[in-house]
Amino acid sequence: MKPFTYERASTPAQAAAAVARQAGAKFIAGGTNLLDLMKLQIETPSHLVDVNGLGLDKIEPTADGGLRIGALVRNTDLAADERVRRDYAVLSRAVLAGASGQLRNKATTAGNLLQRTRCSYFYDTNQPCNKRKPGSGCSAIGGYSRQLAVIGTSPACIATYPGDMAVAMRVLDATIETVRPDGHARTIPIADFHKLPDGTPQVENALEPGELITGVALPAPVGGTHVYRKVRDRASYAFALVSVAAIVQKDGSGRVALGGVAPKPWRSADAEAELPGGAKAVTGRLLAGAQPTAENAFKLTLAERTLAAVLSQARA
Amino acid sequence: MTGHDKGCHLPITRRELLLAGASSTVVATGAVAGTAAASPSSATPADVPMAQVTLAVNGRTHTLALDTRTTLLDALREHLQLTGTKKGCDHGQCGACTVIVDGRRINSCLTLAVMHPGAKVTTIEGLGTPANLHPLQEAFIKHDGYQCGYCTPGQICSAVGMLDELARGVPSHVTADLVAKPLLSIDELRERMSGNICRCGAYSNIVEAITEVADGGAA
Repeated sequence: MKPFTYERASTPAQAAAAVARQAGAKFIAGGTNLLDLMKLQIETPSHLVDVNGLGLDKIEPTADGGLRIGALVRNTDLAADERVRRDYAVLSRAVLAGASGQLRNKATTAGNLLQRTRCSYFYDTNQPCNKRKPGSGCSAIGGYSRQLAVIGTSPACIATYPGDMAVAMRVLDATIETVRPDGHARTIPIADFHKLPDGTPQVENALEPGELITGVALPAPVGGTHVYRKVRDRASYAFALVSVAAIVQKDGSGRVALGGVAPKPWRSADAEAELPGGAKAVTGRLLAGAQPTAENAFKLTLAERTLAAVLSQARA
Repeated sequence: MTGHDKGCHLPITRRELLLAGASSTVVATGAVAGTAAASPSSATPADVPMAQVTLAVNGRTHTLALDTRTTLLDALREHLQLTGTKKGCDHGQCGACTVIVDGRRINSCLTLAVMHPGAKVTTIEGLGTPANLHPLQEAFIKHDGYQCGYCTPGQICSAVGMLDELARGVPSHVTADLVAKPLLSIDELRERMSGNICRCGAYSNIVEAITEVADGGAA
């Protein structure tokens, strides 16, 4: 790791101001992704602002019947919360499908949203990567791409967003709550939070410099059967090749988002309208225009079949 | 450091040997640099940011002045000489570094020591002693839950944390009914322990050892 100075922030606004003030500063919460990347010198912050003392570690009801999850709620506590298990089961399931028990004890809600891709070329500092070093090129295009994205990609980057939790938050229409360095708060719908790579794959989300996530709001529960199904190379503790988050209602309508196929959780209203027609109709619409590589074209079929399994489970 | 040591006639233990080696390194470095400091941090260049942290490790309070980059794992091993906690991958993938911090199992390699002021840390050295083993230590010996033993401290600390999570009703990926209290099964145990890799492949014996303790059987 490169040397860095360290401070503990006492309020969210003070933390945001501290990061905005100093070039090369970063927030650290759970640290499970950031420290991994710092050891590889993929992340090289010169200053860390520790936000663990900010008290953003509660799950509370909101005025409109939903839940507000503090930014620092650990993944274990989010998945184990009785209200989340009962009313937002897809979220519990998604969190439990990711990482390991030890990592979930440390990793936070906000940090999970911000985790970086696991593209092997992003991790290999000897290789060009537009996300790690803008303008250096993309080694994954024409390289090893089995794990990578099939849709939403650009000629600059075909990396996936690797997480599970955000895919469930996408079908739940979650809202990200933040505070900016000037102390003003704002909310960002999760649909707009993660960015497609286009020509700037290093820009992964809508946050401004120094902007701190303070929480995630879930709207009132929508009922239905909640399913999160993750297909991966091991039975546990591996990133998704394809994952499906779904909420299916008794009348056959519902919501579907895919993980492991794109640079962000992938969902569309057009595709959901096809739900009564079955999995093939949905993924046909949801993945229209996909540009897979020869190595990851299997994900199109896998997504359809995983959704078919999810729908039959939900309707059983 | 188990009953296996009883048949060992070497004059010093491996840990003492390692400690002796570490001390001479420090002395040698200090001599070259012309400084009189005698802690491992004396090798740190003066311009590297330092921070102070107080940790309660296995019931003893320690105040350490550390390079801010020092992971909890390196603080335990290199500064407190608690080498029971192992460094495997150093990237949170293998679980060999698992310790219990404020009652929860975590990867000590993926957290900075300075992030844990006042934390209560339990390592394998704090769970049991050779004369008074923790039930899981005893069960791992009885069931031969290891081959080389390198992952074992992490496996045992992880199992302690895992059984506590189960007792608190934390669900897992394989829990069928999300709103019911989860019960221990072989599938649950394997899923919940998936963050601990055993390269020797002693998994079936590890499962038996943990199952025996979870069931309350005599270890």
